[in-house]
Amino acid sequence: MTASQLESTGTDVRQPILQARNLVKTFGRVVGLDGVSLDLYPGEVLAIIGDNGAGKSTLIKCLTGAEIPDSGELTVSGQPVHFKRPQDARAHGIETVYQNLAVSPALDVASNLFLGREERVPGPLGSIFRVLDTKGMRRKAKEELTRLGISTLQDVTVPVENLSGGQRQAVAVARAAAFGSKVVVLDEPTAALGVRESNQVLQLVRDLRDRGLPVILVSHNMPHVFDVADRIHIQRLGKCAATITPKSHTMTDAVAIMTGAATA
Amino acid sequence: MTQQQTAGPPSAGHADLAEEFLDRQTPLSRIRNTLHRYPALSPALVLLIAVVVFGLLNERFLRVENLSLITQQVSVVGILAIAQTLIILTAGIDLSVGAVMILSSMVVAQLAVNEGLPGPVALLAGMIMGLAAGALNGFLVTRFRLPPFIVTLGTLNIFIALTLLYSNGATVRGSAMPDLLTWTGTTFPVGPVRISTGVVVMLLLYIAIAFILGKTAWGRHVYAVGDDKEAARLAGIAVNKVLMSVYLAAGAVLAIGAWIQIGRTNAASPNAGLDLNLDSITAVVIGGTSLFGGRGSVWGTLLGALIVGVFRNGLSLAGLDVLYQTLAVGVLIIIAVSVDQWIRKVKS
Repeated sequence: MTASQLESTGTDVRQPILQARNLVKTFGRVVGLDGVSLDLYPGEVLAIIGDNGAGKSTLIKCLTGAEIPDSGELTVSGQPVHFKRPQDARAHGIETVYQNLAVSPALDVASNLFLGREERVPGPLGSIFRVLDTKGMRRKAKEELTRLGISTLQDVTVPVENLSGGQRQAVAVARAAAFGSKVVVLDEPTAALGVRESNQVLQLVRDLRDRGLPVILVSHNMPHVFDVADRIHIQRLGKCAATITPKSHTMTDAVAIMTGAATA
Repeated sequence: MTQQQTAGPPSAGHADLAEEFLDRQTPLSRIRNTLHRYPALSPALVLLIAVVVFGLLNERFLRVENLSLITQQVSVVGILAIAQTLIILTAGIDLSVGAVMILSSMVVAQLAVNEGLPGPVALLAGMIMGLAAGALNGFLVTRFRLPPFIVTLGTLNIFIALTLLYSNGATVRGSAMPDLLTWTGTTFPVGPVRISTGVVVMLLLYIAIAFILGKTAWGRHVYAVGDDKEAARLAGIAVNKVLMSVYLAAGAVLAIGAWIQIGRTNAASPNAGLDLNLDSITAVVIGGTSLFGGRGSVWGTLLGALIVGVFRNGLSLAGLDVLYQTLAVGVLIIIAVSVDQWIRKVKS
C-alpha cells in the first residue's frame, strides 16, 4: 500500500498546483456541485465547459473563494486550504478575472492594475502620510504589460473607459497575471469580445501558459476552448462527466458528453 | 468608442490603439476629452469669465475688499461642499449636511455656554456629534443597503428635530461663547486686505482632502467604489468599509463647518442654514463632479462654490433683485449637468 503510493508519486513527477477532491455545494435543495474533483498541473490550460446550470460557475467560485463548499478538500501545491473569501484565494496566488470585468472605468490602466493593493512611496511620506507611489506603479505596470507582450497598451495613464473591450480584458488579465503567482482563472474572457479581440485574449492565455502559469478557462465557446486548452473538464448536472483533451476528442464529442448524448 | 476602434483598418494590428484613436479626433471631441481628463477645467473657465464680466459691469466688484467678502460668504457652503463631494464621489448624495452642521454647532454652543465647558472640549463634543451623525448615515447606507438619498432625507428631518428639541429653538449669541468658538470669524490683515480665519481653515481643509483623495490608496478606493461598486469589490476593496469611512469623514468635515458657521454668523442658531444642503449640492455639481460617482475633484467643488458666490455677489452689485440671483444659479446647475452629460459621452 505504502509502496504503491510511493511508486505512484514517484512516477508522476508533476504535482498538481491546485487540486480539488469531492467538492459538494448545495443551495437549499438544489445541488450545485455533486462531488467534483479537479487537478490543475503546472503550465497547462484547463478548460471547464458545460451547459447552463451544470455547475461551472459554482465550481469556479469554490476554487476562488467566492463560495464556500459544503464538503470536499482543496489543496494548493499539496497544502490543504480553506478559502472563506476571494482574498484568501488571492493570498495563495490564485487570481480570477470575472466575467463582468472587475475594472474601474474612470481610473487609469496603472491604477486598475494595482487597485486594492496600491504601493506607497518608501520612507515616512509613505508610512505616515500614506502617499501612493504613482510613478513606481506606472513604471511597474508598463514593465508587466511589456512582459506579457500586451503591445496594444502602451500608455498606462489612459482611463480604462477609453479602451476597447479587448484592451479592457487585457488589463484585467494582466492584473491577474501580475499578481497570480500560481493560478489564473478566467471566467468567460471572450464572451463580450469581437473576433480580433478574442484572438488577442487567447494569445494572452497561451503566453501565460508558456511562462509556466497554469490557467483555468471557463468558456461557452467551443472553438476557443479547443484552440487553447490542453485538457477539458466537462461539467454535467453538477458532476464532472469527463476530462478529455482536444487531441482525443472532437468538438462534437465534447458537446455530446456535455448534453449527455454520449459518455467519454 | 469600441465601435470606432473595431471599425478601424485591420492593418492596425499591433499598433498602439489608444494613440491611434487619439490621432483620429475632431477638434470638438478633443475639447471633450480634455474636459473629461481635467474635470476642474470647465468650472475654472466659467469662474474666470464670470469674474471678468462682473468686473466690467461694476468697478466695485474687483476691489480686494469685495473679493475678500465673497470668500467669506462662501466659506460655510465651501466646507459643506467638501463633505458633499466625498459622498457624491461614491455615487451617493447627502441631504443632511446642513442639518448635521447646525446640530453640531448647537451642541458646541450649548455645552460651552449653558454647561460652561471650555472651548476645546465643546468643539470636541461637536466633532463627536458630527462623527455620530456620519456614522448613522453610513450605517444605514451600508448595513440596510438603503439609497443614500432616502437615508439622508430621513436623517435630515431627524437632525432638524433633534436640533430644535435640544436648543428649545433658542439662538446662542457669539458674545456669550469662549473666544475659541468665534475665532473662525476673526480676520487678520494681509497687506491691504483682511482675511477671515474661517476662509483659511476652509482652504487648509481643501488642501488636505485634495491630497488624501489624489495621493492615497483610500482616495483611489473612494473613486473606484463610486465608479463601479461591484468592480471595486471584486478587486478586493472592502466597499462597505470605504463607504462607512466616507460618511465618517463627511461628518468630521461638517463638524469643522459648524465651527466656521459659529464664527461667520457670530451665533449658533437652530434655524440657520437649512437651505445650505442644496447650496452644497449646487457647488459640487457646478464644480464638475458627476452625480453618478467616481468622477470629479474637490478643487472643482471649490470653484463651484466660488462661482455661486461670485454670481450672487456680482448680480447684487449690478443692482439686480435677489430673485435673479436664484434664477442665475438655477440656470448654472442645468448647464453644468448638461456639460457633464456631454463630457461623459467619451465613455463608449
